[in-house]
Amino acid sequence: MKSLPEITNQVKKNLIWKSIFRRDYRNTVRDRAQAVFGNVFLHLHPVQVRESAVKLRFTWGMGGITFFAYLLLIITGVVLMFYYHPSIDQAYTDIKDLEFQVPFGVILRNLHRWGAHFMVIVVMIHMFRVFMTGSYKAPRQFNWGVGVILLVLTFLLSFTGYLTPWDQLGFWAITVGTNMGAATPLLGYQGPFSEFLHITPFNDVRFALLGGALVGGNALLRSYIWHCVAIPLIATILMFVHFWRVRKDGGISKPQK
Amino acid sequence: MQDDRELGREHQEESTSHEGGQAESSNRRKFLTRVGWGGVIGFLAINSAAFLRFFYPRVLFEPASQFKVGLPADYPLGTVNSQYQREYRTWIIRLQDGAFFALESKCTHLGCTPNWMEAQKKFKCPCHGSGYYITGLNFEGPAPRPMDRFKISVAEDGQMLVDKTIRYPGVPGKESNEVYPESLLRV
Repeated sequence: MKSLPEITNQVKKNLIWKSIFRRDYRNTVRDRAQAVFGNVFLHLHPVQVRESAVKLRFTWGMGGITFFAYLLLIITGVVLMFYYHPSIDQAYTDIKDLEFQVPFGVILRNLHRWGAHFMVIVVMIHMFRVFMTGSYKAPRQFNWGVGVILLVLTFLLSFTGYLTPWDQLGFWAITVGTNMGAATPLLGYQGPFSEFLHITPFNDVRFALLGGALVGGNALLRSYIWHCVAIPLIATILMFVHFWRVRKDGGISKPQK
Repeated sequence: MQDDRELGREHQEESTSHEGGQAESSNRRKFLTRVGWGGVIGFLAINSAAFLRFFYPRVLFEPASQFKVGLPADYPLGTVNSQYQREYRTWIIRLQDGAFFALESKCTHLGCTPNWMEAQKKFKCPCHGSGYYITGLNFEGPAPRPMDRFKISVAEDGQMLVDKTIRYPGVPGKESNEVYPESLLRV
C-alpha cells in the first residue's frame, strides 16, 4: 500500500494532470494571484478585493447569489429540456410526466421553478442595495445601465418560462401580457394612433410576439425559444460585461467612512 | 504589502507547526479540509448518479410489445397481412398448410422496412434490394440471414397474441420453419 502523499505525487507527475494544471500550486500570495489570473473562469474577477467592500453588511452578497441562481437555472433548465416538447399537444403532459414518472423529475422541476422566483427576488434586492449605497454613481453609471437591462431580461425570462407548462395560469398570463403589447401606443393595434398608422391585429407587436393573432402553438414555440436560447444568450453576454465592468470601474464600491 | 508579509508569516507558522506544539490545530484543519471536500465530492457524486438515472424514464409511450391480432379464421391461406406493419413492425403470415407465424418487418441487412410484393410473392427491401421468400428466408441482395420471427399464440379470448419479447432470430442459410418449429402456430 502506498501512502496518500505518494499517490498524490504520482498523480501530479502524470502527463494528463500536467496538461490540465500547468504549474504546481503552493499556497503563497503569488500563486493565489496566479490562480485567478490564469483561470479562464476567474479572470473576470479582480485579483484583489478591498476587505471593506466585501463586508456582507455592505454588499449583502446579492449579486453573487443572483449569479448562483442563474447557474442553477441553466443547469436544471437544460436537464428539463430532455423531457419537454414545446407543442400544445405534449407540453402539459410532459410536465405531468416530469412530476410523476421521470426519476428525479419533480425535484428538478421545482428547483427550476422556485429558483426562478428566487432569482427575481434576489436580483431586485441587489438593485435596491446598489441604489441605497449609491453604487450607481460615477464612474459606475454604465454598469448601472447594464444592470437595469439584466433586470428586465430576468423578468422576461421569468415571463416566457411561465407559458411553457401550457396550463391555465401561463396561458392567461401570456394573453394578458401580449394584450398589453397590443394596447401600447404606436406598437399595438388597440393603442392610440393605430387606425392612423394602419396597425391591425396582424401586423402589430403582439403578432410578432405570438407568431399569430391568438395564443396558440406558435406562441408556445416562440416563448420556448426566447426562454431557452435567445434571452439566456443575451443575458450571459451582458453578465460578463457586468462583471468585467465591476472590476474596470475600480471594484465593488466601498462604504464611505 | 503589509498584507503580503502577514500572509507569508502565517504560512511559515503553518509549516513549522508540526515541530511546535500546534500539531493538534493542524490536524483539525486537515480533518476539516477533508470533510469539506468530501462533502463537495459526495454532493456532486450523488447528483451525477441522479442525473444518470434521470435519463431512464419509468413510463414509455411506445407501441406495446404484446398485441392481439384477431381470430385465426379471419386469415386466408397463403397470405401476408401488413395491417400491423406500421405500428408494430410485424407481419402476420399464414402459410398454405394453415400455419401462422409473426415476422418482424426489418431487413437483416441494415434495418430498413421491406414491402410484401404480392405479384412476385416475395418481400423486397427498398434500400438495397434484398429479397425474401414468404417464410422470411433471404434469397437475393445483401441480406445476410432470414428475417426474425416473434412468438405467436392463441389468447384466452380466441384471438391470436404476438409477443415481441420472445424472438426467433434468423440463422444464415437456414429455413426458420425448420430451425424454429415452435415459431409456427397451428390451430
